[in-house]
Amino acid sequence: MKQRLNQIATLASGILFGFGLAWSTMIRPESVLAFLNFRDLGLLLVLGSAVGLNLFVFQLAPRLRQRALLGDTFQQRPFTANPQALAGGVLFGLGWGLCGVCPGPALAGLGTGNGDLLIALAGILAGAWLQGLWAGRAARN
Amino acid sequence: MLASYFPNGLAPYLIGGLFIGSGVALLFLCTGRQGGVSTFFSAAWSWFSRRPFFQQASLREGRQWRLLYALGLVLGGTLYAGLGLPLAASQLPAWKFAVGGLLIGFGARQGGGCTSGHGICGLASLSPGSLLMVLTFLGTAIITAQTLSYLGVAP
Repeated sequence: MKQRLNQIATLASGILFGFGLAWSTMIRPESVLAFLNFRDLGLLLVLGSAVGLNLFVFQLAPRLRQRALLGDTFQQRPFTANPQALAGGVLFGLGWGLCGVCPGPALAGLGTGNGDLLIALAGILAGAWLQGLWAGRAARN
Repeated sequence: MLASYFPNGLAPYLIGGLFIGSGVALLFLCTGRQGGVSTFFSAAWSWFSRRPFFQQASLREGRQWRLLYALGLVLGGTLYAGLGLPLAASQLPAWKFAVGGLLIGFGARQGGGCTSGHGICGLASLSPGSLLMVLTFLGTAIITAQTLSYLGVAP
């Protein structure tokens, strides 16, 4: 039962996220590129309102409750930046600046019927595969 | 002044951002999970590849919920289009998606997250590392897009 609720909540979260990406026009690469060229700063409002809401949620919920509503622990974000990660950020930025797509909007935009995004999604999958080979190789050395 | 930076108004961005934020908030409140999207693209390989990298526990254990979450993202777009809400056409050359996609997939995974993981969850977690990553990929994307525009390779 709890597992089923967990699945429903996960799917519903994704639906809200995808719906919002469509509403905010971020699924259109042209909208993202308009922001990156400073022609329409809307993306800052999208990020700002999404972060603003979650600042309360991420900061307050773990202080008010031991566990999430369905009983699991609240996950922390155990990330520290290092040169490897920053190099990854530069590559991601190059791709994002080239085509105005990031992983979430690629999925949501496909859902609205933009079939061209299948090319971007195939590229992202291939890129993730290559990164796995790269990171796996580096780990063995 | 303000209008020249927001030719399409503020409402779609603020409302859309609140929907996006609600999705991330719902996931965190119900399941305790941080709703980054890009890890899905590595975790998906754990079904197909026996390589140790893709078989690591963190990818295998998260793959099911990440698949559901990704499916939800697609369905959210379908729901939006199905309700007949405004949707402008989009037309970019295929090569940009192919090359861009490769860079995005490699870079986001090497960088430990994308706009949702570092941008929304990381900033909401007040993570200094995520802030540094956001500034890095946002700055690089701005320079890239403006350089391409300047060279006439855009949109």
